[in-house]
Amino acid sequence: MKQSIKKYFNRERVMQAVFFTAACVSVLAVALICIFLFANGVPAMKKIGIFDFLLGETWKPGNDIYGILPMIVGSIYVTAGAVLIGVPVGLLTAVFMAEYCPKKIYRPLKAATELLAGIPSIVYGFFGLVVLVPLVRQIFGVVKTDGQSILTASVLLGMMILPTMIGVTESALRAVPRHYYEGSLALGATHERSIFAVMIPAAKSGIMAAAVLGIGRAIGETMAVMMVAGNQPRLPAGILKGVRTLTTNIVLEMGYAAELHREALIATAVVLFVFILIINFTVACLNRKITRE
Amino acid sequence: MKENTSKKISAKLKGYAGHPGSLILMLLVMLAAFITFAVLLFLIAYILVKGVPNLKPSLFALNYTSENVSMMPAIVNTVIMTLMALLAAVPAGVFSAVFLVEYAKRGNKFVEVIRLTTETLSGIPSIVYGLFGMLFFVTALKWGYSLLAGAFTLSIMVLPSIMRTTEEALKAVPDSYREGSFGLGAGKLRTIFHIVLPAAVPGILAGVILAVGRIVGETAALIYTAGTVAQIPSNVFGSGRTLAVHMYNLSSEGLHMEESYATAVVLLALVVGLNALSGFAARRLTALR
Repeated sequence: MKQSIKKYFNRERVMQAVFFTAACVSVLAVALICIFLFANGVPAMKKIGIFDFLLGETWKPGNDIYGILPMIVGSIYVTAGAVLIGVPVGLLTAVFMAEYCPKKIYRPLKAATELLAGIPSIVYGFFGLVVLVPLVRQIFGVVKTDGQSILTASVLLGMMILPTMIGVTESALRAVPRHYYEGSLALGATHERSIFAVMIPAAKSGIMAAAVLGIGRAIGETMAVMMVAGNQPRLPAGILKGVRTLTTNIVLEMGYAAELHREALIATAVVLFVFILIINFTVACLNRKITRE
Repeated sequence: MKENTSKKISAKLKGYAGHPGSLILMLLVMLAAFITFAVLLFLIAYILVKGVPNLKPSLFALNYTSENVSMMPAIVNTVIMTLMALLAAVPAGVFSAVFLVEYAKRGNKFVEVIRLTTETLSGIPSIVYGLFGMLFFVTALKWGYSLLAGAFTLSIMVLPSIMRTTEEALKAVPDSYREGSFGLGAGKLRTIFHIVLPAAVPGILAGVILAVGRIVGETAALIYTAGTVAQIPSNVFGSGRTLAVHMYNLSSEGLHMEESYATAVVLLALVVGLNALSGFAARRLTALR
């Protein structure tokens, strides 16, 4: 009897240790990712010179010139374009889902937004390549653009951040106490005024979090951008010109890169990683703020 | 019936008399919703219309040749890759969620660290995962471009989402279940494995299926970990491309546009099916509550 009790508690202890170890996996993964990226990327930055690397305007691996300013600027342009398109449309669609949508069609529409999130980025990229690129070329004329441009990439990324924007904003709107809305109606405001002057300001932090998450998704997107952005590593002269982003720089050249070139590409990933960490930190802060509210 | 709805609409529009701002806002909301769903519909319809006629039986031949760019090896690789990634990610994700929900005490500093790291993991772009996989699994562990390296890279990538959905599913199990089990004399472990986890299965399953969707659609994390060989490797240390990587190679070469459309249809069908399955599982969970 005594022995079986002892055995029993042993098993409990062992399994608790197993659960604890499993919980450590994610911590270990983040630690490994940081160590491997920084250990491989930072020495290259030092070798190239941090300012030459971050602010250099020329990327010519053949001549050992590694300046990633065009890619940083490219990533920022494309992401800003995506936000300009995706955030307003996503916000208004979320308002529709939360406040206008008839009950009967809510479920299929909700499933549709989830599907929008599930479509692989390679399919988005392909769609952009065969539909958006020719469209942009036709609208602005072959002389001005070949279709692969900042504008095309922005439109495509705007589409891709819609589901994030809609999902997070909708739940933020639903989290606002219903009596805010009712109180506003009772004061004589219209449905729209109650939503846009009362509900949206109350859900501000959640909407901000949605937008920042969208920025994270847009800046990290690789395959779709690569297929529509043109990928020229130079400072863009206009939104109809091609551009290369940080992510695409890595995918395009990693296949044949060696030595310093390879390390410079890993250093590019370090820069991207730092951007992502800043974005994650912002989201975490906004989420803390929401729980406090 | 028709008259009735048109009357209703005109009555609604009368409500906007004297509130032009509200009318404009309402129209903007409708326009945005229309754009969103029209874009989705157009994308799916376009891929289907262009792709379905190109779905030839020869595309499902067992062997890939440069004349017949069959997607069958890629499909088999995708299945193998998915199973291996899940084999690593599901136990780790579910067990760590069990630790967070059932064992960790509130306000524990370590729990905060785990939350922070999972949040970080879920924000990392797939290309960074791919690069890490290349540096760690392919180079440091000397696995080479292989299905195994790709699967481990993907398992880290889907870990946070499996953890989060499992956590939510576990939290949704009412405490009375646990108390009842303890009251009958069961230990903590027995309670977890016989009472809590079975009740949370639909929620966990919904999360796992979404993870499968992500694995199936992933490209950037796989190009430099699993490689792009278009055949089924003889073992897990061989290189092989999944369906999404296959599609990327076809469409970037530009020589096989018809086959690209067909592959897109298969990918899209897979993702739609998985989404529906996940939604079904999630509804089972809410039905249980």
